[in-house]
Amino acid sequence: MEWKLTDDRPIWLQLTEQMTRRIITGVYPPGSRLPSVRELAAEAGVNPNTMQRALAQLEQDGLAKADRTAGRMVTQDTAVLEDVRRAQARVVMDQYFNAMAELGYSPAEAAELLKEEKE
Amino acid sequence: MSENLIACRGLSKAYGRKAALSGVDLEVGRGRIVGLLGPNGSGKTTLIKLMCGLLQPTTGQIEIGGLPVGTETKAMVSYLPDRMYFANWMRAVDLFDLFRDFYRDFDYEKAIAMCRSLGVEPHDRLKTMSKGTKEKVQLVLVMARKAQLYLLDEPIAGVDPAARDFILHTILTNYNEEGTVLISTHLISDIEKVLDEAIFLKTGKVMLHETVDHIRETQGKSVDALFREIFRAQTLEGGEF
Repeated sequence: MEWKLTDDRPIWLQLTEQMTRRIITGVYPPGSRLPSVRELAAEAGVNPNTMQRALAQLEQDGLAKADRTAGRMVTQDTAVLEDVRRAQARVVMDQYFNAMAELGYSPAEAAELLKEEKE
Repeated sequence: MSENLIACRGLSKAYGRKAALSGVDLEVGRGRIVGLLGPNGSGKTTLIKLMCGLLQPTTGQIEIGGLPVGTETKAMVSYLPDRMYFANWMRAVDLFDLFRDFYRDFDYEKAIAMCRSLGVEPHDRLKTMSKGTKEKVQLVLVMARKAQLYLLDEPIAGVDPAARDFILHTILTNYNEEGTVLISTHLISDIEKVLDEAIFLKTGKVMLHETVDHIRETQGKSVDALFREIFRAQTLEGGEF
């Protein structure tokens, strides 16, 4: 998976988002050990302090926790993972409904259309 | 250990009547990667040369690790000049020998390993090397030291974009974690994502010193974009030619 960094927003925030995505999509499975800050920073080509900040945010979000000896582990709490996954899904759905609203479809119509399309 | 690695107070440098730096107050902490950014002639190289004791300030003070610039600070500082200063007949390994003699913190094995990863043959003579390859050798010399402060004056100017990424990677993976790296350049977009902080110099003055994330958060744009905005209108000020 490639790191994509855009110009308009803080880098650590983008790193947090992409790490989050990697965790909920299972690139880093629940309970597995995350690579070290240095490794991740080198891989993404960013400053280690920036990566550190991104990982600290993951801990705050409950997605990872620091282990005194083993570095950082991905959480095994499936409820937390599901919450985050759902939150990301909501963002995608909001985008869809907003785009459909611009085309003049009500949310109910938009939902109906989506269902028809899938059948 | 003092809190700040670099402390400048009222630092000025004039060459004859021409002021290169005027009244620079600057503090930089440890464990940071800092970009020293500014257009040509803004005083970047002068500031770096003052930090490594190659120039004496006209007025003001400068301290590295709490000490005035001198023999002790030179042992802490690893400097990459903006031009080559080595004899052409030498091989990279000759330079490594020289550096091993001069600097207690120079790691010979590491230098050889870095050459290998940068694709440089350490037994080649400098005169057979391309400009970019020589720059890589120079970078190896500087980064193979375990210094407190790395002063890199235009480390990526002479190499192609692919080699740039490689050089940045080398800097990122080899600097001493308690040490600070100060990189001067005008190729901002290439180095922006490895920086903690950015210092903007304009006609010898510090006009901005912020963390990169703070700049992006408050300005909603990259450091590169901000730089272009700040320095764009400059040439128009004089009016007609």
